[in-house]
Amino acid sequence: MSLMTEVGQKAFDLGVPLAVHMDVTYRCNERCVHCYLDHDDHGEMTTAEIKDVLDQLAEAGVFFITFSGGEVLMRRDFFEIVEYARRLMFNVKIKTNAVMIHEEEARRIRELGVDTIQISVYSHRPEVHDAITKLPHSFERTVKAIRFLREQGLRVTIANVLMTVNSSDHSGVQELAAELGVQYTLDPTITPMMDGDMSVLSLRIPGEELREIFRNPALVGNEEEFCAPPKPPSEEDLEGYSCSAGHSFCYISPYGDVFPCVQFPLPTGNIRQQKFLDIWNFSPQMNEVRSIQAKNLTVCSSCSHVSSCTRCPGLAYMEGSMRGPSTADCEKSFYRTGVPTANMLRQGLSKPRTMAINTAPLIQIRPIAVPA
Amino acid sequence: MPEACIYIARSSAIAARALAGEMMVMNSADSTFFTLNPVATAIFQAADGRTPLRDIVRDRVCEQFDVDPEQAQADAEQFVSELSSHGILLVSSQPLAPETP
Repeated sequence: MSLMTEVGQKAFDLGVPLAVHMDVTYRCNERCVHCYLDHDDHGEMTTAEIKDVLDQLAEAGVFFITFSGGEVLMRRDFFEIVEYARRLMFNVKIKTNAVMIHEEEARRIRELGVDTIQISVYSHRPEVHDAITKLPHSFERTVKAIRFLREQGLRVTIANVLMTVNSSDHSGVQELAAELGVQYTLDPTITPMMDGDMSVLSLRIPGEELREIFRNPALVGNEEEFCAPPKPPSEEDLEGYSCSAGHSFCYISPYGDVFPCVQFPLPTGNIRQQKFLDIWNFSPQMNEVRSIQAKNLTVCSSCSHVSSCTRCPGLAYMEGSMRGPSTADCEKSFYRTGVPTANMLRQGLSKPRTMAINTAPLIQIRPIAVPA
Repeated sequence: MPEACIYIARSSAIAARALAGEMMVMNSADSTFFTLNPVATAIFQAADGRTPLRDIVRDRVCEQFDVDPEQAQADAEQFVSELSSHGILLVSSQPLAPETP
């Protein structure tokens, strides 16, 4: 077990929020076709409010903080926020589209001791990337920014969200990443929009293409190991939890709402009304999330994939129950191994339905009304 | 011959946080990650650039932990040398201004 894994497990066992993802704004200069956010400002936290939250997070034991959005640089005070976070000795990661990063911004990011910058690149073909972001010349600007960041010696990761419109471009983006000297990560997850609109799910790549991706050693490493049939779950597996959401990780929106994860829109409290630690320690919703072990899952506890599935409780929640299955992850487990999931079998399916558009209720990440 | 005075300060390139009495430290320049035991944590927390290492060992280590002073000083010097080689601590024979991001 690596030292980092050991520390992560310790935080998980102690219920310490080791890592927090904070969206500082939902405003954005791009309009990506798959984005789940509403880009209007419904009352973002002020600079002073964010600094106060950072003080509270440091006191609560948070070590890793990821600033994301929207586009983080839409906030004029963004560098002031990062500087404050670094003075509090957080390990800071930034997620950005990078189109507003030039030499000066890259230098400032290096001076501030930012750990990693994750940048979305959808294709190696400018016309495809720009068609997804709906911002002309965004590919050119993003790639230029990556070069500025690399010149400063910063660690950059290209995040390549795969969907129908760019599903054949992953190898091109991987080559681009290699040429730029940056890391590459692929994500085939498309999330319902925050206003409950499910239409973006039609962008999810079809299962057959998912199967090909899972059998590409350049993307998954050891294909045989990655695609191996699931092992029967042990008792320990059934005592386990889905992920770190609510255990050692949480998400804070630009409006101060606290959720178990960025992909888990269960409101647990608002930092403008309560102290962070009160929400973290005493929110009934947070404690409910924490209480769910694999053996408590309504369908998945009897699934052969239970010990190896990437089941996301947030996506399951958006489908209607945080204890239920997440259809998108059922698909991944099936196309990875060829073994049907319990969720498919109970529906009499030998393979997933063509499109994984479910009948999820309209659960949304919205600002919670805060009295004036 | 008088013992050389060593001053230590935390680098501005690091991230650090205490977890259950141990300090997690990461250098953003190369992502090296350490956890420090309680004695090393006490030295790290006192590394303000102004207090000589021998005073830190006397006041923060020998006062709080049941250790032999000579052994504590030798261990502290070794610890400081190791963390300085990873860019976590800055070491000087003169007082150091604390680094800020």
